[in-house]
Amino acid sequence: MRDYPGTRQTFIEMDTIPENGKGIPVDHNKIVAEKVSAFFGKVQAIRDIQINIPENSIVAIIGPSGCGKSTFLRSINRMHELIHGTRVTGKILLDGEDVYSLDPVLIRKKIGMVFQKPNPFPTMSIFDNVAAGLRMGGTHDRKNIAEVVERSLQQAALWSEVKDSLSKSGVGLSGGQQQRLCIARALAVNPEVLLMDEPASALDPIATAKIEELLFELKKRYTIVIVTHNMQQAARVSDYTAFFYMGELIEYDITKKIFTAPSIKQTEDYVTGRFG
Amino acid sequence: MESVLITRNTFKASKGRLQNPGDFLFKNLTRFFAALILVLVVLMAYEMMRTSALSWNKFGFNFFIRSVWDPVQDEYGALPFIYGTLVSSLLSLIIAVPLSLGIAVFLTEVAPRWLERPVSFFVEMLAGIPSIVYGVWGFFVMVPWLRSTVEPFISKYLGFIPLFRGAPYGVGMLAAGIILSIMILPIIASISRDVLKAVPRSQTEASLALGSTRWQATRIALAYSRSGIFGAVVLGLGRAIGETMAVTMVIGNRPTISASLFEPGYTMASVLANEFTEATSEMYISALVEIALTLFIITIIINSFARLLIWSVTSNERAQKA
Repeated sequence: MRDYPGTRQTFIEMDTIPENGKGIPVDHNKIVAEKVSAFFGKVQAIRDIQINIPENSIVAIIGPSGCGKSTFLRSINRMHELIHGTRVTGKILLDGEDVYSLDPVLIRKKIGMVFQKPNPFPTMSIFDNVAAGLRMGGTHDRKNIAEVVERSLQQAALWSEVKDSLSKSGVGLSGGQQQRLCIARALAVNPEVLLMDEPASALDPIATAKIEELLFELKKRYTIVIVTHNMQQAARVSDYTAFFYMGELIEYDITKKIFTAPSIKQTEDYVTGRFG
Repeated sequence: MESVLITRNTFKASKGRLQNPGDFLFKNLTRFFAALILVLVVLMAYEMMRTSALSWNKFGFNFFIRSVWDPVQDEYGALPFIYGTLVSSLLSLIIAVPLSLGIAVFLTEVAPRWLERPVSFFVEMLAGIPSIVYGVWGFFVMVPWLRSTVEPFISKYLGFIPLFRGAPYGVGMLAAGIILSIMILPIIASISRDVLKAVPRSQTEASLALGSTRWQATRIALAYSRSGIFGAVVLGLGRAIGETMAVTMVIGNRPTISASLFEPGYTMASVLANEFTEATSEMYISALVEIALTLFIITIIINSFARLLIWSVTSNERAQKA
């Protein structure tokens, strides 16, 4: 475990310091959102979101369509502001520093993202896809790049499948392989946090299972926030679950508790399938 | 549910024997109109081949590699015109492509919305100005300026390169290239803009999410749309090759091949425009028609190639949206 100075420790607001399901004690919140609101023009998509995301854990965000879960995710790495006429208020702290006071390019290097639909660069080979982030970051040392590409592909559990076809186009892969390629691409820039926006919703069950398996591995090194509308998936993979509804955070707790004994009725209704 | 069934049945009926006479007429009338276009193209090609047979039989393939053009002796060769068309078109591409791409990138990636519309409008408006207006402007404004300022300046500093040697006439290859570049700029810029706009958001976002700068994300978008942009450039080339009036007014109309861009030249389109009324002998007419046929074939090939490239890009976009 990494050792953090006491001043930087902010604990998740619960009775006791929870264990995140795999026996790793939470001693540091990687991301802290304070009163985060996001707007599309005059429409408010999320309202005063307050959430702590512990390091080396998987936090799932669930909720019905249009509840603002993706918007919140995209606010964390400042992708939300790319859409014309949008803005974000409040604070999002990464290791105690407000991401909105830093250079977005730097923030996005530290906070990687995987999208709903696999989006490899079609004009690039598998190798170049993974190397893209490094090269754009100014790394041109061939040996170094080759090492990082191999390591990232291994982390994304894709290496054994593509090691003989690295120079082939990334779009020739299957959907699940493409998504793992995108995960490898995100990992290559060595982020600290990985945001995943319904990463398995466009995949078949086998590919989904592979991605989920991968998440457990990745958790050891990264902090993961995953948006999903698949509640079984949230229950399977995450340590903590946040339930969003109509742009507000309704309940946030240990995943087990959210799915077995939620304290708020709306959450219970949603996870038991009574609405949404 | 009911309405769906009805439309299905009508659709089936239109394919089978139970046909509404109005629909039958409508279908075949529009089919006839569409076929008319094809017939027209084929007839044009046939007619040109027939008329140019005389010249083709006499000069054969040598027609394209001879540089003599002598109506008095009835000796014809198209090389200076082919050369003039190629050089002026390529020159215009060299000037117009970077400018157009700059405009397209500005409009899609940089410009705020309130600026994007008026600028796009003006760029597209350039395409609507009649060729002759460019010609008049070129002849009375640009050519004197080239003669008195630009060409002396270039030849003073770059005169050691054969391209920029010789007397500054004003009229010549350079003038034609510049006029053409202004004329093809709107088509390349607006199609490149459309092609860049067709790049899926997910591509730009993928790049930005990796911590790329705006410029790096733009390069990803340019790489994604490269075949469409290439199509736009080829379409611009097609326009430059066929452009007649403005070029005729500023190119100098002399069938010579010279390395210098300052020297006058001649293009296939201009020689047709200038000499058709003067063509008296049958061989003269036949030679001109052979040039016309050459131009016809070249532009058809270039345009279909360009359209294919652009179609492949925009149909991909449609497939992705669906």
